[in-house]
Order: sequence, then structure tokens, then C-alpha cells
Amino acid sequence: MIEFKNVVKDYGNAVLGADHLSVRINQGEFVYVVGPSGAGKSTFIKLMYRDVAPTSGEIKVNNYRVDSITNKEVPFLRRELGIVFQDFKLLPRLTIFENVAYALQVIEKKPEDVQKRVNEVLALVGLEDKAQSFPNEISGGEQQRVAIARAIANHPGILIADEPTGNLDPETSEDIMRILEKINLDGTTVVMATHNSNMVNEHKHRVLEISAGKIARDQEGGGYENE
Amino acid sequence: MSSLTLKRHLTESLRNLKRNGWMTGAAIAAVTVTLLLVGVLLSILLNVNKVASDIENDVEVRVFIERKTTKDEQQELKKELAKVDGVKEISFSSRKKELKNVVGTYGKSFRLFSGDDNPLYDVYVVKTDSPKHTVKVAKQAEKFRHVYQTQYGGTWAKKLFKLVSGIRRWGVIISVLLLFVAVFLISNTIRLTILSRSNEISIMRLVGATNSYIRWPFILEGAWTGLFGSIIPILVVDFSYGWMYRVITASLHSTTISLLLPHTFLIEIDLLLAVIGIGIGALGAALSMGRFLKLK
Repeated sequence: MIEFKNVVKDYGNAVLGADHLSVRINQGEFVYVVGPSGAGKSTFIKLMYRDVAPTSGEIKVNNYRVDSITNKEVPFLRRELGIVFQDFKLLPRLTIFENVAYALQVIEKKPEDVQKRVNEVLALVGLEDKAQSFPNEISGGEQQRVAIARAIANHPGILIADEPTGNLDPETSEDIMRILEKINLDGTTVVMATHNSNMVNEHKHRVLEISAGKIARDQEGGGYENE
Repeated sequence: MSSLTLKRHLTESLRNLKRNGWMTGAAIAAVTVTLLLVGVLLSILLNVNKVASDIENDVEVRVFIERKTTKDEQQELKKELAKVDGVKEISFSSRKKELKNVVGTYGKSFRLFSGDDNPLYDVYVVKTDSPKHTVKVAKQAEKFRHVYQTQYGGTWAKKLFKLVSGIRRWGVIISVLLLFVAVFLISNTIRLTILSRSNEISIMRLVGATNSYIRWPFILEGAWTGLFGSIIPILVVDFSYGWMYRVITASLHSTTISLLLPHTFLIEIDLLLAVIGIGIGALGAALSMGRFLKLK
């Protein structure tokens, strides 16, 4: 569960990243976050995993009060989330296997459990045969699939994806979308910020449109543009 | 920290060293050059200090005994000298022996002073506990009966004592400056390798790694870099000091001056170099990590 109550994020440059934003996302939902560049989509996403702190308001993610969380608690909040980025954010010096395993090693999983789970998630995203490759040896689409595998390795209740198809061609984007929907079907909440109108229009889910830091539209099964 | 996590950190730190390639090479090279400087200069400074102390300790008070003094009176004088504060050892050198020394030093022509023509005096050679007692003992001895005069090197000894204390003071200052240079160079090199990987650190934070989980492999990596960087300086100092010791000791065999013994000195300096490398490497890494681990 994610809940924003009257959240303001003031970057101090006369532009509010979030302007008294209130919204609730229930467990198991698939939600698109749409809106023009600079509207506040990324701020909304970053506030969820405490990459930026709100100026005021209340943010709840599962059992965490993100607005008042301490530095020490942040890693534990993030372990309840899977996060996927447009630029993949893989560790360049680690192999694909090691990148996915890292998310499990930080929570002190036993080596045999790590091995088993990494193989499972790599199979889920269809990359078992690339386990020993390095990120620079595989395509953008494959890197994004590795990022998704890493994000879900730890069985998070919520998957946050910030423009996950932004750097990918339409066919690869479709693959990524199918994987995200499959993960959602297993009960994981998916929150996806996107500019990809085709995706939003073809795979209908709840749409949150953000404009100037405010929720401009909250529509179940809506399209990219307001119809 | 669990043993599993420690094992992971150790493996990861060594793996990172290998995969960082030229960055690791550059960091180790910087540590090597710095520690080489530290090792060579410290070896020189500590030995200069040792030689200065040897020379200083070798300064003695020569108590000249009046000509007509009887054997009994000489013994009495010896007893009185022994009572003076700071006197460690007293040895007797007869006028005959003194002349022999003069002939040995200045040449056979001084033999014509042999026998009754010997103008020299019987001497008590007095060694003191510490160099600071030398002047005091000399002055006190001069007041005793049957003492013609005393000598302790006079202004020469005073100059020497001044020089030695100067060497000591500057040795300490240079050593401290050198350590600062080492801390600065090594920790900055480590800092650069970490700066180049700030993106990696932010990714680690995003997947839920705690600050200590992120920090430890970097600290260990810094320590390995320091340790590997100390190997060449240790070998260079060991081999070159061993060689220098043999060469210099051969020319000092007839004196009371000696260099620091290699088997004890080298163990100390080797340990010191390794500890400086490991310590500064690890500390440099730990300090450089700080800014990347703070919440925005």
C-alpha cells in the first residue's frame, strides 16, 4: 500500500515537484503515472523510495512513514520495493548473475538460496544463458530485463518503474511490459512512470496524470490522454 | 557482522581490485612511491640519530693526575671520582700509554719524549651515565686534590651535543611531515578511485544495502591497496639496507659507532610500512565514503 497525504516537495526554485498531492495505491494494483516532462512524475516516484524528502505532508509505504524515516531505516524500506530505471542502473563490474545476487546478499541470504532465486528470476525474464555476461556485453532490452530480475529477486510487495521502456524499441518495450504484467498478476503492486502512450493505450490500467505537481487525473482503465 | 557477510566482503574487495584494472594499478603505484619515500627517509633518519647518539655517548672526561701523586693518592682519587653523580666507569691510562697513543696518532718522532722526558700525565678516563652528565662531572673532578686538569672535548663536545639535539628535533619534524604527506597522497588516491565509483554506490543504496554493507568492501579494498603498495618499498628497503649495512659497518669496525642492526630494525620498519599502507588505505576509503552515504 502506498499513500500520499497533502505532500509538498519544494525544490526552492519556485517550482513545486509535488503540490499538495494526495493519492492512495492499494496492494496488487497496476498504476501508470503519466504527464509531460517536468510535471512531477519523477518526484512522485523518488518520494516513494526516499530518494528525495518531502517538504511537508505524509507518505506511507507499507508500514513505513517515509516522510519521517531515518537514514538507518532507508535500506529496509527499499528492500520492500523493487526499483527499475530508464538507464537500468546495473553495477558495471558485476556479471548479470552477481548483479541480481547482490540484492539478495545485502539481506544476508544463504549462498544456496541466492543461487536458487537468481536462477529463478533470470529464467522468468529469459536470461539464464547470459548469467556470466557483464552489462556492457548485452543489449539495452536485456539490461532492463536484468534490472527487473534484480528488482523482484527479493519478492518485493511493490515494484516501482521510472520510464522502464524509455530507452527501448517498441518490440523490446512490449516484452518488458509483458514481464511487468506477469509480475503484477502474482500480486505485486506495479507503479510505472511512462511517456509511452501506445503502451498505456494498449495495456489498460489505472492512470494517474500529474501536472505541475498535482494529480490532474486519476482514471481506472484510462488512456494516455484524457478521453 | 556475520561470518558469511565478512567472507562476502573479503571476496568482493579482492574481486573489485581485480576488475578495477588500471585504477587499482594506479592506486597501488601511488602508495608504492609514497611508502618508498617514507621507508628510505625513515631508515636514513633513524640511523643518523643512532650514529649521533653513539658519538654523543662516546664523549668521555679525561682527568689528568698531577705528576708527584703517589699510587695510594691515585687510588684515593679514583674512589672520590667514583662517588661523583653520573659516573659510570673509570679506567686508568698511564703516561706511558698516553705517549704510545700520541706516537700512534702523530708519528714516531714523538718517541724522543720516551722515558723521563715524557711530558704527559697519568689519566683517569671517566665515562658517564648520560651525555648530559659529562660537563658536570668534568667540573666537579677539577676541584679534587691531585687533579691537574680535566678535559671533555670542551667546545667541540658542546657543539656536538647541540648538533645531535638539532638532528633529533629535525628528524622528528621531517618524520611527522613525511607521515602527513603519506596520509595525504594515499588517502587522496583512494578517494579518487571511490569518486569514480560514486554511481555504483548509489545503485547499491537503491537495492537496499545498508551503509556498513556498502562501506566494508571499499574499506577492505583500501586496506589491500595499502598492503600491496607496501610490498615493493619493503623489499627495496630490506635489500638496500642489508647491503648498506655491510658496506658501512666494514668501515666503522674500529669505532664505537654502529648502525641499527638489520634483523631488528628491518622487522620494525617493514611492519611500520605495512601498517601505514593498510591503515591509511582503509582510513582514506572510510572517510571518502562518507559523503556518498548521506541522505539527501
